[in-house]
Order: sequence, then C-alpha cells, then structure tokens
Amino acid sequence: MPETCIYIARSSTIAARALAGEMMVMNSADSTFFTLNEVATTIFQAADGRTPLRDIVRDQVCEQFDVDPEQAQADAEQFVAELSGHGILLVSSQPLAPETPR
Amino acid sequence: MAALQKVACVEIGEIPIALSTHDEGFLDLLRQRYDRFLSSSPSEFELEFDLTSSGPVSDDDVRVRRDGDDWLIERGDFHARWDPRSGRGSVRQNANPYSLDSVLRILHSLILAQRGGFLLHAASAICDGRAYLFSGVSGAGKTTMTRLAPPDITLLTDEISYLRPNAEGYSAFGTPFAGELARSGENCAARVSALFFLEQGPENHVDELSSAEAVRRLMRNILFFAEDQGLVEKLLATACDFVARVPIRRLTFYPDTRVWDEVRNFADNFADNLQEVPEHA
Repeated sequence: MPETCIYIARSSTIAARALAGEMMVMNSADSTFFTLNEVATTIFQAADGRTPLRDIVRDQVCEQFDVDPEQAQADAEQFVAELSGHGILLVSSQPLAPETPR
Repeated sequence: MAALQKVACVEIGEIPIALSTHDEGFLDLLRQRYDRFLSSSPSEFELEFDLTSSGPVSDDDVRVRRDGDDWLIERGDFHARWDPRSGRGSVRQNANPYSLDSVLRILHSLILAQRGGFLLHAASAICDGRAYLFSGVSGAGKTTMTRLAPPDITLLTDEISYLRPNAEGYSAFGTPFAGELARSGENCAARVSALFFLEQGPENHVDELSSAEAVRRLMRNILFFAEDQGLVEKLLATACDFVARVPIRRLTFYPDTRVWDEVRNFADNFADNLQEVPEHA
C-alpha cells in the first residue's frame, strides 16, 4: 500500500516569534499560547504547505538532530496532530497554499 | 436645541482622552472617579457617552472586533464604536462606573497595542525611584503586596498596570483602575526595574524564569481583547521585547513586610550585577 503523504502549513490566524531558541506561537482566534522546542520549531518553520512531512523529518529534523528516523517521524506526526487540533497547523493529504501569518 | 456637551479630559499614561456627556450627574461621576487623572492637556482622543437607563454590570464576555476601519467594543452593559483614524468614538452604556472603567481600559489597550505598550494584570509601585510590577493569578498576592508596602512606596495600582516603552526600557504609569484595595493609584510614572510573578510560600525567595516561561506568563496576564491578527502579532512582539529588556522573576513570598526587603535587595544586587558586565558584552 502506498505511503500517505501529509502536507502541513501554518495557519494565518497565528502570531509567532522566536526567542532564546524557542518559538512562541499564539493563536489570535482563541488566544491560546504555545512554546515549541527546537525540533518542533524546525517542523513549524518548514510547514510551507508544499513539502511533505516525511521530507521535513528526513531532510531537516534528522539532519539537524541526533534522532532515530522512525521515532522522529512518529513524534512529528503526533506533534502535527496536536497543533492542528489547536488550529496552529493546517494538515492535508494534498499540497496546501502557503498560509503564513499575515 | 441640543443640550451642550460637558467634557472631562482624563489622562492616563500620558494619553489624554476627552469624555463628553450631556448628563451633569455622569460628568460628576467621571470627575470623582478619575479625580487624580483629570487633565487640561489637549485631548488626543474623544469618546462621547450616550447614557441608557441604569442596569447591572454584565457578566458576558467582552467582544472587540473590527467593523471596517472602526472598532466595535461590546458587552451586555455597553456598546462602543471607535474610529482609530479620527481618534473619535461613541459609547452607549448605563451610568455604571464599572462599565465606564471597562470601556476605558479596552480603549487604552487598543491604543497601547499600536504604540508598543500594554495593560498588565499586575500591581505596581515606585520604590526608591524605580517601578516594580507584581503579577499573578487572582489570589496570588497583588493586593497583599500593596498592603504590605512601606510608607515611602508610591502606589501606581493594585490591579491594572500601565506600561509604555521608552528609550531605556519601559515606564509604568499610575492608573485609576483599582482592585480589592478600592483606591486609585497615584498619577505618576517611573522606569520599570523588574516584574515579579507572585506565588505565596513559607519564605521569601526570588527565582529566575526562562525567557519562554516569562513570555508565556506575561501573555497570560496582558489585558487584550481584540480579535485582530495584526494587533496580536504586535502584542507578541512587544511581550518578547519586554522580556528582553526588563528583568522578570518569580517571587515566592511569605505575606509580611519583609518581602519588600527582598524586592529592594533584588534591585540593589541586580544593579550591582549589571555594573559588573563589561560594556562590550
């Protein structure tokens, strides 16, 4: 069975700011606030709607951090599911139009 | 012939706002409530009040949203429209002073957000010429800190702190917005030396907070209501700037007067530490 591709894009309703190696993300729709660690920040910054999540994990996460690829993929999927649940990331099986913060 | 509008100019945080009404009784209420903050400065902004019959303050959530270029500010007990381009707006509300406070706070939060400042759910006071902020959840000790303050402390507020950026960092201004203390702050300002997030405990101590934790706590306590992507982005940038320029600590305290010694010690030690840092660092 072919592997399903996941595309992720940042929602346009968020404000984000890097500080001291961490990314602060705020959803303006409901004022929820998150801080992302370095790995999560790498995924968040690469969420352009065009690059499949598995490519982001392979080319960026596994390149920059000392992580097991399978574990990294599983963690990334969990992270993406969590942030999409809060409206921070948009997820699709098709490429998404870039939706960077205005 | 329309009755003449009566005006009181209320200046908080060096932002004078003319409040106008046809109602003599409401004007008296305005003048009494904002007594220390009445100003003869030319107003930057104007709000015209149209009073409805008296009623209770609403428990509804406030809604602040754009309607074209205007802001609409609504709660069960008031409805306001404000045009940020002209600086003029109108408010329909009952004569309740708490509704009036709410409208003013929201308007100031919108103006400040554009100017890199903000309102913070915090007590603030001037000690030895420096301003200190004490923030935290309800019951953490904001009013307690102000009650324990030595006589030489100048109270800026026990509830809502008013912060604006300046060349050296941030200034805290007094506000008339009182909490449990039911007392208006003094109408003065000083450079902010530290923000403490309060927790009560068996003894006094000051702990570091990571930048991320400081921003998280700060954002949680900033008064901001607008459903507006641009302003939220600006506010987050302001919070990060504040954290970069103002020492932010957790202050665990036992509620007696010695906590103010801790505050003074922190200020003295921090100033000493700063002097030890080489200029190029």
